[in-house]
Amino acid sequence: MAESVRTLEMKNISIEFPGVKALSNVNFSMRSGEIRAVVGANGAGKSTLMKVLAGANETYTGDILIDSKPCEIRNPRSAKDLGIELVYQEVDTALFPYLSVAENIMFNNIVTGMKGRALIHWKGINKAAREILDRLHMDIDVTRKMSSLSLAQKQMVLIARAVRERCRFLILDEPTAPLSLGEVAELFRITKELASRENVGIIFISHRLPELFEICQSLTVMKDGQVVANKSVDGSLTTQEIVNLMLGRSFEENFPKRKVAIGETLVEAEHLADEEGKVRDVSFTVRSGEIVGVCGLVGAGKTELCKLLFGAGGMRSGSLRCRGKSIKVRNPTQAVRQKIALVPEERRKEGVLVSEPVYFNLSAACLDKFTNRFSFVQRRKELENAKKLVADLGVKTPSVFQRVRYLSGGNQQKVAVGKWLASDSDFYMLDEPTKGVDVGAKRDIFQLIQKLAADGKAVLYASSEINEILAITDRVYVMYNGRFAAELVTEKTSEEEILYYAAGGKK
Amino acid sequence: MPDIQSKAKRKGLITGFLTKWASIIALVVVFAFFAIKMPAMFLTSSNMITILRAISVTTIIAIGLTITLAVGGFDLSSGSMATMSGSLVISFFVWYKMSMWEAIPLAIILTMGLTLVTMFLIVKCKIPDLLATLAMMFTLDGVSLTYSGGGAVSEGMPRANGAETFGKIPKMFKDMGQAPTIIIIMIVIVVVIHIFLTYTKYGRYIYAVGGNKEAARLSGIPVKNYRVFAGMLAAVFIGLGGILVASRNMSAQIQGAAGYAMPAISAVFIGRSVAGADKPNAFGTFIGASLVGILENGLIMMSVPYYSLNAVKGVVLAFALASTYYSSKGEN
Ligand SMILES: Nc1ncnc2c1ncn2[C@@H]1O[C@H](COP(=O)(O)OP(=O)(O)OP(=O)(O)O)[C@@H](O)[C@H]1O
Ligand SMILES: [Mg+2]
Repeated sequence: MAESVRTLEMKNISIEFPGVKALSNVNFSMRSGEIRAVVGANGAGKSTLMKVLAGANETYTGDILIDSKPCEIRNPRSAKDLGIELVYQEVDTALFPYLSVAENIMFNNIVTGMKGRALIHWKGINKAAREILDRLHMDIDVTRKMSSLSLAQKQMVLIARAVRERCRFLILDEPTAPLSLGEVAELFRITKELASRENVGIIFISHRLPELFEICQSLTVMKDGQVVANKSVDGSLTTQEIVNLMLGRSFEENFPKRKVAIGETLVEAEHLADEEGKVRDVSFTVRSGEIVGVCGLVGAGKTELCKLLFGAGGMRSGSLRCRGKSIKVRNPTQAVRQKIALVPEERRKEGVLVSEPVYFNLSAACLDKFTNRFSFVQRRKELENAKKLVADLGVKTPSVFQRVRYLSGGNQQKVAVGKWLASDSDFYMLDEPTKGVDVGAKRDIFQLIQKLAADGKAVLYASSEINEILAITDRVYVMYNGRFAAELVTEKTSEEEILYYAAGGKK
Repeated sequence: MPDIQSKAKRKGLITGFLTKWASIIALVVVFAFFAIKMPAMFLTSSNMITILRAISVTTIIAIGLTITLAVGGFDLSSGSMATMSGSLVISFFVWYKMSMWEAIPLAIILTMGLTLVTMFLIVKCKIPDLLATLAMMFTLDGVSLTYSGGGAVSEGMPRANGAETFGKIPKMFKDMGQAPTIIIIMIVIVVVIHIFLTYTKYGRYIYAVGGNKEAARLSGIPVKNYRVFAGMLAAVFIGLGGILVASRNMSAQIQGAAGYAMPAISAVFIGRSVAGADKPNAFGTFIGASLVGILENGLIMMSVPYYSLNAVKGVVLAFALASTYYSSKGEN
């Protein structure tokens, strides 16, 4: 499979949106067989640049050259014809949930390759799909319904589909953000194989900097719509250096843990279980001023637990007490009334209203704070709050009137977190709140969470990122398969110990 | 190459501008067209009032639909619901000799009650809006005809069983449907609902639910309650629309308000994009209704036969839908 090296060059690429110069004179180049990382703070322009390549941003100016031949990429079709494929982070938008894996992989073939035949040749399709999966050593049954797959598997199906379409350049936009460690390893194996064996050039976007060293040979750093550095990833490059380039200032990554006086027990849950068996017999307590972690692999039941506590999941049994009083939370409205807040995991689906402006989103969870007694929204108060949160969280947006749809992924996440910070809740649950946010913003979010604790709130922090759990929590429950496998004091535990329990280890 | 690029950029700006102001531009163009074509007939003050009066009913029903669509719903049954309300109010006058203060509130309350049935189908039985209101449309058509005995209801007309009727339709009721009252009612409703949707908590929540039900639910907004609430509010205006139709006819005709359903839906969709709101909004709906009303008025003057007007209305609706959905192609 020795193919000639192909090159991809972007020269002087600029693109402007109303009020935002998203890219200005970006030069970017790579060749097939290379794995190149693109990093940068939230809103730096990474996704925008990749969308230009994939034909989803047709209004760019500048030149794109493939094998030194200039080409116009003004629609997704021409990108595909040139062998460029983009796997978006929201994988569901690109898949057909009710079709089988094989149909999803072979979809274009089914549409264009029918040539007068009316019946789908099932055997052939399944066989061809299986061959591709085998070639990539992916272990997925091709007859399964797409909707029954895990997120990681869906990603793999998308990659398989891209490979089938003779893809030469594959763009992965934050593919690892929702994956567990094992799944990441699997993705890396496949990515490396694609690069070395199939001579695919891979562009890899991620906010998890350490993993870049594992997989990339080279790296492009973007800042404020410009490329600020191109580096090769070898022994001499450090994470610190990348972070400094990304943020344009020196940045201490270690997060200082503030000491907060821990008060009386605020929330107590006993023997919680949900209807689907994703949460089984969970009991815990959180005290005021305390940040309690719930750590576990993806799929351990953290999200389901949070939703259950918020009244958004089917509770089967168990009891919940708040400040010593037994409470019933049947739906999120009651939860909010009991001063419980949840920052949900899937921001676009559950966290933000993408077609509404930033200020609208930031007050959606606590509008009563900004209304007068005739239920009229007090605009001045509302805008003040929005501006303050935007500044505190460093949301990159031209103004608070921008629709959330037009913010970058990480900035949408900040809005999803910010909307609950303004509510005067007592008990905050955050489900993977730093998914897709850059290192600088992560620190800002941590600081705000610490501030909540310092104000005497109780915080439940659910995450599969062990280093975050270690950085911010006081105590941690390790979740495995719907149950709490262990309760650990953060100061006295280690990454290894948490991993041991998270992977199903017994005491 | 720079040529293509600046063209692409310009194209982006132009489409952006067009989607924002297309409805208002269309309104001006259509108006100007008729004004130039038939200055003597079209451009008279009496015709302006005729147009405004005709727009009024469409606007008021469309305001109801604006609320329904803002909360993420849909309604095919508005015409039938309005007809029902009209039959009720006239029958209250003619059959039961009620006064205005009894008949109108009662008709509106009953319309809300019927809408509660629709909301039950949608919220509790989880039938998609489109299908639930389709079922309601047929049901209501049958119910209002059965109620009126299979025909129209008007002053002095005996009931289906031959019983004579003695009730009178009050003069004040007639005035309601005339200029300027009907126009004032419309303007007040547009302004009040615009303020309600834009500046109050309830309006906010309605848009939040319409934008993303799951995100709204997880923000603690009681989504189902708000859907029902929005439906009830919409019913007030749809009911009132039907009553105004009855007032203008001074009778309850078979399918009397059915013809307003489609123009009203068009009005909401035409109005969505006005000034870049990108969601159903009261002011935009008024613009939409005006466009539809002027078009209809002008075409009638140009002697387009009445029976061909439906084709025009259908095309207008198709354009309005195309402008909404085409400009949102980029979202996914
Ligand atoms: N369609 C659009 N309209 C207006 N502004 C936009 C649009 N798309 C992107 N932007 C803006 O362009 C900038 C770059 O966004 P982009 O999505 O490329 O960031 P990113 O580097 O991918 O960030 P993240 O790490 O958060 O995903 C942001 O400020 C964003 O708000
Ligand atoms: Mg991005």
